[in-house]
Amino acid sequence: MSDTSKTVKSDPATTGKVTDGEGVVEEQDTVAPADDPTAAPVTVVDPRLLVREEGLKGYVTEFKRKVKGGELGSLPVVIGLIVIWTIFQFQNDRFLSADNLSQISYFLSATGMLAIGLVFVLLLGEIDLSVGSVSGLASTLFAVLAVNQGVSAWLALALAVLTGIAIGALHGWFFAKVGVPAFVVTLAGFLGWNGVMLWLLGDSGTINIPSDEGPVRLLGQSSFFMDQAIIGAYILAGLAVTLSLVGNFGEQRRRRAAGVPFRPTSEILLRVGALALASFAAAAVLNNASGVSNALVIFLAALVIVDFVLRRTTYGRQVFAVGGGIEAARRAGINVPMVRITVFAISGGFAAVGGMFFAGQTASATLSAGGGNTLMLAIAAAVIGGTSLFGGRGSVWSALLGMLVIQSIQTGLNLLNMNTSIQYMITGAVLLGAVVIDSVSRKSQKAAGRA
Amino acid sequence: MVHVSATPVLALRGVSKRFGAVQALTDVDLEVHAGEVVALVGDNGAGKSTLVKTIAGVHPIDDGVIEWQGNPVKINKPHDAQGLGVATVYQDLALCDNLDVVGNLYLGRELLHRGVIDEVTMEKNSRELLSTLSIRIPSVRIPIASLSGGQRQVVAIARALIGDPKLVILDEPTAALGVEQTAQVLDLVERLRERDLAVILISHNMADVKAVADTVAVLRLGKNNGSFPVKDTSHEEIIAAITGATDNAVTRRAERRTTEAAK
Repeated sequence: MSDTSKTVKSDPATTGKVTDGEGVVEEQDTVAPADDPTAAPVTVVDPRLLVREEGLKGYVTEFKRKVKGGELGSLPVVIGLIVIWTIFQFQNDRFLSADNLSQISYFLSATGMLAIGLVFVLLLGEIDLSVGSVSGLASTLFAVLAVNQGVSAWLALALAVLTGIAIGALHGWFFAKVGVPAFVVTLAGFLGWNGVMLWLLGDSGTINIPSDEGPVRLLGQSSFFMDQAIIGAYILAGLAVTLSLVGNFGEQRRRRAAGVPFRPTSEILLRVGALALASFAAAAVLNNASGVSNALVIFLAALVIVDFVLRRTTYGRQVFAVGGGIEAARRAGINVPMVRITVFAISGGFAAVGGMFFAGQTASATLSAGGGNTLMLAIAAAVIGGTSLFGGRGSVWSALLGMLVIQSIQTGLNLLNMNTSIQYMITGAVLLGAVVIDSVSRKSQKAAGRA
Repeated sequence: MVHVSATPVLALRGVSKRFGAVQALTDVDLEVHAGEVVALVGDNGAGKSTLVKTIAGVHPIDDGVIEWQGNPVKINKPHDAQGLGVATVYQDLALCDNLDVVGNLYLGRELLHRGVIDEVTMEKNSRELLSTLSIRIPSVRIPIASLSGGQRQVVAIARALIGDPKLVILDEPTAALGVEQTAQVLDLVERLRERDLAVILISHNMADVKAVADTVAVLRLGKNNGSFPVKDTSHEEIIAAITGATDNAVTRRAERRTTEAAK
């Protein structure tokens, strides 16, 4: 606390020079109306407020304050990832090999899709327990339509995803309009849709899907972006960096023109530099194996799109508003039932897409699809990545970060030939750990007046 | 101090409202002009909240006429009132803790730029609005959760101004605030008047009423019980109107004290 208190003490002397969250010094009007009796002794900014200084020191103090205040962001997950990777690398030196990392990147996309939908639901402060079953049902429906009924594969895919959306909307309707707790509705869905899937599969038990064409080939393990061309991965990395650069500088230009605080160029370069480092390193590693799997590319594209929707559109703002305060959202004219129903529909849709990814992995629809710990892993991924179970706080990137952790554990334990029993125990412990971090950070956020 | 225009922004004429067996409002009249702060006072159950809710469109009126800038209008739902230019700040604020100040100010009416939320313009406008109201907030980009009660109250009031209303209704804006924050909110009320808005202020706090209101409208048991210009009316007269008698515990106490002081 010593650092921050120092900055605070020095502040009243600067009289009204305020650094705001964007890190830019701005002038504020210190002069209050002459007839205002309360104004005379008060400077514009309450001296107790912590304000960020400019420059590197500002970042450090801000970071310390945030950690103390429980705003951990993606810090725990990054630390966790480093710890997990170090441990597994010591246990088995093949863990950080390009092939194994490529495996992780491929297998995380299926559960990751489920996690994207769950992030929406978690932002409302609700839970969707049916995503595993819905994903299994979608893959079975696809197999029944495409293989048994001879429907075109892409049409079958569209129908499967639409079914997922409809199922989610139904859950949302029961929750928003009838008032059944989401927990119960989706628990019923968890059982019920699993039953429908078993009924569809019937006696056969397993339907093999030909993996030489259509969406199943695209999502299969041997399908890579631009057919394994080395340049493919770098194009993707370059695209990410360029988009981020253009977006950041565009925003800086607009903000500067409008006279509101903007990110300094040094900060933008730092951020984009970090992104460039991470994405080009990932591209190089994946190229060392066999390239970027198409499943991962689709997953990343979905993340970018959903992130845009959540942060930049009216709908995304409404989701956050309903998660932050239902009454406030309602008074602001937001159609709360509509938001709830659509969020559950989105969750169902992503669950169905995830189911297609599972089908792509195994090239089949099986009795066990979407069962086991699929649901738990998806929830764990969203929560580990930093989306709060209490609603209103989180980002869709937590689906990626959380899945990196979960899939690393899964793959690492497989590599060490650990029993499923051990895997379940460890995954359970990691989920509990993530929720504990969420709860504790929420408590300290409250104590620090930030929740 | 008060420059009152001829036609009131809002006029209620003989408004009545029943809830089942309860006659909540009986023949209530109320006029608010632009640039005027009308304090609506009354004891608990006098009908203040009901009256405000009829104006805000939460409860449609049973009898009587609501005139908006001289023309009779019907207000049947909150949307009607908002359309006319009535902004209501309820006691429980109703802000989203997780959104920042800009997000809350524009919640439900985000500005769009090619279909995308225009954060830059929203932030610019928010800063301008807050600075014209001399609202002191460290940054418009911090979440509401980190603001104090008084700051939240002023944000809630500022939020009401985003839609360019003509009439602002404040329901007990200072009830839960400390001394300093109360002063800030009262400053803000005066600034609303300077911007030529009509303000209806519900308050139990006579000091606040005396400080900022131009007119005091007293309700008692769902009926008008007098409307007084603040500067010519004593504290006791208003209390008497609220309690409905010149002979009551409060006035007796006051008399006793004056006679004691005379000795």
